[in-house]
Amino acid sequence: MTYQPQADYGTPASGAHEMVTLIIDGREVTVAAGSSIMRAAAEQGTAIPKLCATDMLESFGSCRLCLVEIDGVNGTPASCTTPVAPGMVVHTQTPRLQKLRKGVMELYISDHPLDCLTCAANGDCELQDQAGAVGLRDVRYAADATHLGQAKDLSNPYFDFDPAKCIACSRCVRACDEVQGTLALTMEHRGFASKISAGLASDDFLGSECVSCGACVQACPTATLIEKSVVEIGTPDRSVVTTCAYCGVGCTFRAEMRGEQLVRMVPWKEGKANHGHSCVKGRFAWGYAQHRDRVLKPMIRASIDQPWREVEWDEAIQYAASELQRISAQYGRHALGGITSSRCTNEETFLVQKLVRAGFGNNNVDTCARVCHSPTGYGLKTTFGTSAGTQDFDSVDESDVILVIGANPTDAHPVFASRMKRRLRAQNGRPGARLIVIDPRRIDLVRSPHIAADYHLPLRPGTNVAVLTAMAHVIVTEGLVDHAFIAERCDAEEYRDWADFVSLPRNSPEALEPVMSVSAADLRGAARLFATSGNGAIYYGLGVTEHSQGSSTVMAIANLAMATGNIGRRGVGVNPLRGQNNVQGACDMGSFPHELSGYRHISDDQVRADFERDWGVALDPEPGLRIPNMLDAATDGSFKAIYIQGEDLLQSDPNSSHVAAGLAAMECVIVHDLFLNETANYAHVFLPGSTFLEKDGTFTNAERRIQLVRKVMSPLAGLADWQVTQRLAQAMGLDWDYAHPSEIMDEIARLTPTFAGVSHAHLDTAGSLQWPVNAAAPEGTPIMHEQGFVRGKGKFVVTDYVPTDEKTGPRFPLLLTTGRILSQYNVGSQTRRTLNEVWHDEDVLEIHPVDAEDRGLKMGDWVKLASRVGETTLRAYVTPRVAPGVVYTTFHHPETQANVVTTEFSDWATNCPEYKVTAVQVSPSNGPSDWQRAHDARATQSRRISHGELPG
Amino acid sequence: MTHLEKLVMMANQIAQNLTHEPDPAAAVAAHIRLFWDPRMRAMICAEEVGGLIPTAKAAVALIRPAA
Repeated sequence: MTYQPQADYGTPASGAHEMVTLIIDGREVTVAAGSSIMRAAAEQGTAIPKLCATDMLESFGSCRLCLVEIDGVNGTPASCTTPVAPGMVVHTQTPRLQKLRKGVMELYISDHPLDCLTCAANGDCELQDQAGAVGLRDVRYAADATHLGQAKDLSNPYFDFDPAKCIACSRCVRACDEVQGTLALTMEHRGFASKISAGLASDDFLGSECVSCGACVQACPTATLIEKSVVEIGTPDRSVVTTCAYCGVGCTFRAEMRGEQLVRMVPWKEGKANHGHSCVKGRFAWGYAQHRDRVLKPMIRASIDQPWREVEWDEAIQYAASELQRISAQYGRHALGGITSSRCTNEETFLVQKLVRAGFGNNNVDTCARVCHSPTGYGLKTTFGTSAGTQDFDSVDESDVILVIGANPTDAHPVFASRMKRRLRAQNGRPGARLIVIDPRRIDLVRSPHIAADYHLPLRPGTNVAVLTAMAHVIVTEGLVDHAFIAERCDAEEYRDWADFVSLPRNSPEALEPVMSVSAADLRGAARLFATSGNGAIYYGLGVTEHSQGSSTVMAIANLAMATGNIGRRGVGVNPLRGQNNVQGACDMGSFPHELSGYRHISDDQVRADFERDWGVALDPEPGLRIPNMLDAATDGSFKAIYIQGEDLLQSDPNSSHVAAGLAAMECVIVHDLFLNETANYAHVFLPGSTFLEKDGTFTNAERRIQLVRKVMSPLAGLADWQVTQRLAQAMGLDWDYAHPSEIMDEIARLTPTFAGVSHAHLDTAGSLQWPVNAAAPEGTPIMHEQGFVRGKGKFVVTDYVPTDEKTGPRFPLLLTTGRILSQYNVGSQTRRTLNEVWHDEDVLEIHPVDAEDRGLKMGDWVKLASRVGETTLRAYVTPRVAPGVVYTTFHHPETQANVVTTEFSDWATNCPEYKVTAVQVSPSNGPSDWQRAHDARATQSRRISHGELPG
Repeated sequence: MTHLEKLVMMANQIAQNLTHEPDPAAAVAAHIRLFWDPRMRAMICAEEVGGLIPTAKAAVALIRPAA
């Protein structure tokens, strides 16, 4: 669409159901009670001049530009702070108001540079617009005392701060406070000396606590805070609404374009997941899409020792297909497999699993959810009947107590974290929700501005089940159970078995205290708080799933929610925070080897028959190999070829040496990706991928919300990912003929009951839909299990604590746990190719001061991190944020390769790796480990590209 | 750790986590049938596989094809 700024109603919607009718400029208008006059006027199409007001913030009433006259009211009240009243008669434009506004505007402009023609915001500046709106033609004041000489702060990689253009409206400060909740900005000094400051006076933006979410830039009505990309490129001339390709929050953005060049990503106010907010990744870190490292030509090679040879698409596809067919003929069809990507669209993942099942003739398909949320699938399907979170994000507004376990939302799901923090802060007389954090680390949520957890239980890694069982013990033995809920909604006998089990003395907090390293008194307090505070909501992440008892922990969470009656309404629920943008969707689409789309087992004859009829092929009724099983089978010699779309197994999967051995044992590795990732070092075919900007489709976020991804530019390599998979399928003899991803979604809807009512056309009109979308819920299902559980009765499952086999001892006395940080994403292949590197250009090892001192280590030292499977080196970061005996690092950088040290231990039910518990030793180091040296050498050799003929 | 050793460990893990089922061996066998690829099942069902705890061993006996 032609560029239009997003509509701004000046103040937020009141949310009231009661309506009020008043007269504005002679016209009757009916609006929600509690609305401001400014908003009421805007809703009827009258734009009252304003500067300090914007509908992303509460009204402030400082600029004095939005004055109105009201019959029977003295003076000229500000329309942004004055609520509507029945029968009120308002005048927005009178000679008196015109004179007042012109006077106010004259003062603003007297201290503002008159460089509009060369200003980056020319044509997209509210100050400029309002000067026109009030009819300002002259400025009478002398320019002898101004702020025009103040220096710009250019330190942030993504936006500039020019105080000379600041009108001191405080919109940026309020955005940081109200929307983001970081409270990094402040208005320093008073009166004429007022100045926006990031943190202390000595801080610049980069050095401050600013998290670069962009809310201040979005709020700024002038060019004071402006994207560097706009400064460099110019203002956009069109925009397309699409969905972010980073985390599972699923923010929607307006991709604001000039031609086929992306100028900026601006969070879309109507986005139901993000409501107009963003984080540094989605807002700014899209530079990878045009990065010079993008590989835009297909490449092949007969052996991984050879350099790559660039070829045309046809040759690459034919070569890949012929290799797959050769291997199938030589070793049998079960020697092939594929990996779908949680970064790709639903339509693309559906096609990859279809290619494996219908084209390869087996069920050896898996997805990167294997290594993150596969236990969520198992645990929630077992207890509730379906593999998904129960709530929408808005539900958190109605929570009274929030339990966060094994998740670090401010880093990994920052936009939802801001929403949660808003609920945790007391607001407008409403007390903030209570907070319980269960995490080995003192994550930011434990204590941040205006937020303090009531309880932080810093458990020993690997003891989630013990902690949750002990909480259940308190709830059951102290009579805090919601018996009415259980009687109505759950299986009574299973509940009794579970209650008897958790009540055993061995499951009391006191008995388990030595195991958990958590104070029994604190645990009792947390359990009582959760059970007695009203609406209780549980949010969890990979700190729950990536354990040998990941599935048990998910079920223990479900038990806790059911026991306290916290399921089936707003404000409660079990909420898995998904890591990647389309983890939920990839799982929904039948990416697991045992399930077809909609979580139906491959052995179900009726379900399989539906697919066989539609696809025209017979399907294998046996479950296929999961990712770790594929690697094991490869080293055994029975698995020979793999098609990997958008996943870097070598960097993201545990025990890198074993992954490398598995890949090296295969005869055909096809990597379909944006970059030559670490896995591509072992690949024989490289198929260039397309970014989310280059294709159509859908993503499904952590709240089951299906949202359109819209193509805003042509695929740089010529084909969108779904087209590449289709070409490969056609080369293997399949008669696919999709003209557009919408046709793939039609097939998904035809074959998947929970998606029965989904189509691109429906999504286009609805904005988004939360599955199930079917005849019973044609517009989707924001809250699951409202009338009853999907499986019928909720199932309590006994979850006995079984210690992991990964033990500390004299050789490896510390426990390593891994995670991620705000500025980087997953294996970093995208964010490392952006300016986010200024915040995190290497992985570091967090170590407690006591452990550091024991080893003679100080901040910044190179250290060797060793486990029984491997070792790597990285710098030490000495901090009490981790408990003694625990160390922590991230896995964003291949040079560090944290997964060299993680082991093959995994969740008992799903094989999700136990990333969160590895016994390690830390010692001083002088340089890279042997593995790092060898890996660097291989990567260098493997990435050579020859322009000659392929030898051999 | 060899592939077979890993499968034994996995089977034992499943057994340890399903001890509260009414028929633990049957539950373990059902889990393995639902989630393990046939070649993995064949490996664990081979004769002379050592290291299985009793419940896992009983489960393997349930899924082992009749001779």
